[in-house]
Amino acid sequence: MARYLLHRLALGIVVLFGLMVATFLIVHLVPGDPIRQALGGRASPDQVAAIRHNVGLDDPLPVQFWDYLKNALSGNFGTSFVQNASVGELVGHRIAPSAILIGYGMFVAIAIGVPLAILAAVRPNGVTDHSVRLVATLSFAMPLFWLGLVLALVFGLKLGWFPVSGYESGVGGVMRTLTLPAFTLGLALTVVVVRVLRSSLLEVLQTDYIDAARARGFSERRIVGKHALRNAVMPTITILAINVGFLIGNTVVVEAIFRIPGLGSLLVEGVQRSDYQLVQGLVLLAGATVVLASLFADLLQAFIDPRVRLAGR
Amino acid sequence: MSVATVELKAAPRTRARRDWLSTPVLIGAVIVALLALAALLAPLIAPYKPNDVDFLNPVAPPSWAHPMGTDDAGRDVFSRSLYGLRLDLAIVLLVTYVPLPIGVLLGAISGSFGGKTDAMISRVADVMLAFPFFVLVIAIIAIVGPGLKGVLIGVPLAGWALYTRLSRSEMLVLREQPFMLATTALGYTRARSILRHAVPNLMRTALIYSTLDMVVNLLLLASLSYLGLGKQPPGAELGTIIAGGQPYLLSAWWISTLPGLILVLFGVGVGLIGDGLSDGRLRGRS
Repeated sequence: MARYLLHRLALGIVVLFGLMVATFLIVHLVPGDPIRQALGGRASPDQVAAIRHNVGLDDPLPVQFWDYLKNALSGNFGTSFVQNASVGELVGHRIAPSAILIGYGMFVAIAIGVPLAILAAVRPNGVTDHSVRLVATLSFAMPLFWLGLVLALVFGLKLGWFPVSGYESGVGGVMRTLTLPAFTLGLALTVVVVRVLRSSLLEVLQTDYIDAARARGFSERRIVGKHALRNAVMPTITILAINVGFLIGNTVVVEAIFRIPGLGSLLVEGVQRSDYQLVQGLVLLAGATVVLASLFADLLQAFIDPRVRLAGR
Repeated sequence: MSVATVELKAAPRTRARRDWLSTPVLIGAVIVALLALAALLAPLIAPYKPNDVDFLNPVAPPSWAHPMGTDDAGRDVFSRSLYGLRLDLAIVLLVTYVPLPIGVLLGAISGSFGGKTDAMISRVADVMLAFPFFVLVIAIIAIVGPGLKGVLIGVPLAGWALYTRLSRSEMLVLREQPFMLATTALGYTRARSILRHAVPNLMRTALIYSTLDMVVNLLLLASLSYLGLGKQPPGAELGTIIAGGQPYLLSAWWISTLPGLILVLFGVGVGLIGDGLSDGRLRGRS
């Protein structure tokens, strides 16, 4: 177990290091001078040179990278010259709506996806199975922003159940403002959950130990819910972890549709205003979240299923 | 070609062909073919130029003169959608099929050599895959500036990694197959055995997967334009058309909804082909 953990952890660190290198390059690949670009015509050459010196942009690249690494590890993600604030602060102000939205979206996907997958797997080629497949094909092809617009049109503008833009904190506010966005975000993931869980359930239901459980006269509910689900749930955990990156990307779009002041809209603002330090910080945060999520999923898997950690030896 | 290859391939072929042409695949192929044809012939089919303005009929509902209505500037939504689809498809083909062979080849090398080569290629692929794809493309747009250039650079830059991972794991199985062992026994060079014998086999899975990748890239492109980071207005692109209609959602639903349906239709068509092909393949295998 310990060996597997160490191996997995080392891999995660290597990937995180690669992420640091790649995000470090963002600011340095910008054609011309990022400081000059960020300040526009407002700064004199002397001022630009002074800022360059202050933030160490005139140091040799390896030194700069070392500083970037050190600062990031101590929680300092640089300063946005456009907004004149530290990137950490900007992120702190906007992280809550995005984090809640992603959590809510995942909840929607699991709460709808798991029962549907069970229904589809228990009666393969039944009505549920076919409708699930149809919805799966449709939602795979549906642009997220279009789905969001249709949901906003129907449930927001026509029925008036939810506001179509903005964000309010507190449980009531979140339910009001984030329910439509969470369903927009969650539907694509629901389909993934249904597909993966359905196929692994079907596989598990054909194994001998399920036949044995049936022979012992257990109820179908107990067989599926207790015996089969536990073994079938593993690929679903993995796929949810893999899709954290997909969710983060989609959050950018969903926040734009519903005008939610989260990290996604902060990222788009950053790109539009050439705020490279801000973009760098946000991309690093997004990448690190994905790495940690997949690490977490692997560890969870090893914890639940002893076969995984034995194979890791 | 060795005897083993011939035998391996000959048996499943007849069965595979029957599965291959299943009804979903046919329906999907017809949808995709029609849309592709419409996009290709856009200048001939479209009743108007994408930026022609009908001053007298702004925000007009669908009619014979304007099959999908007009937008707030009086531009014909149908013509704009056709030109938009044309642009979208051209870009999507490019950004999907340029990184594919590179990814497959890297995966084949990775799986065939193992050891340090494998570790290095796999770690770089891991880093690429660790980025949320969409966020990575946005980061590249931040560097090169809003517009299609970011998509053209960003998507291929990240796109190869998935094919590498896919092909690598398949190569691990493939290299133990009798026909691959035979290439070693016959004294073929590593390059020949990979390029001539392994890659054609790996391509099949990669091409099936690429149909899904195409839809993902199409949606990515439209989403970026929707955010204002892709094709810049007034250029005709499905994402910008849909974004442009958003303020008129209640009063003129057709501006955003109908071009969106085109995207959905294309995605469904490609999805049916991809699903049908991979189903047939899986059935052929078991």
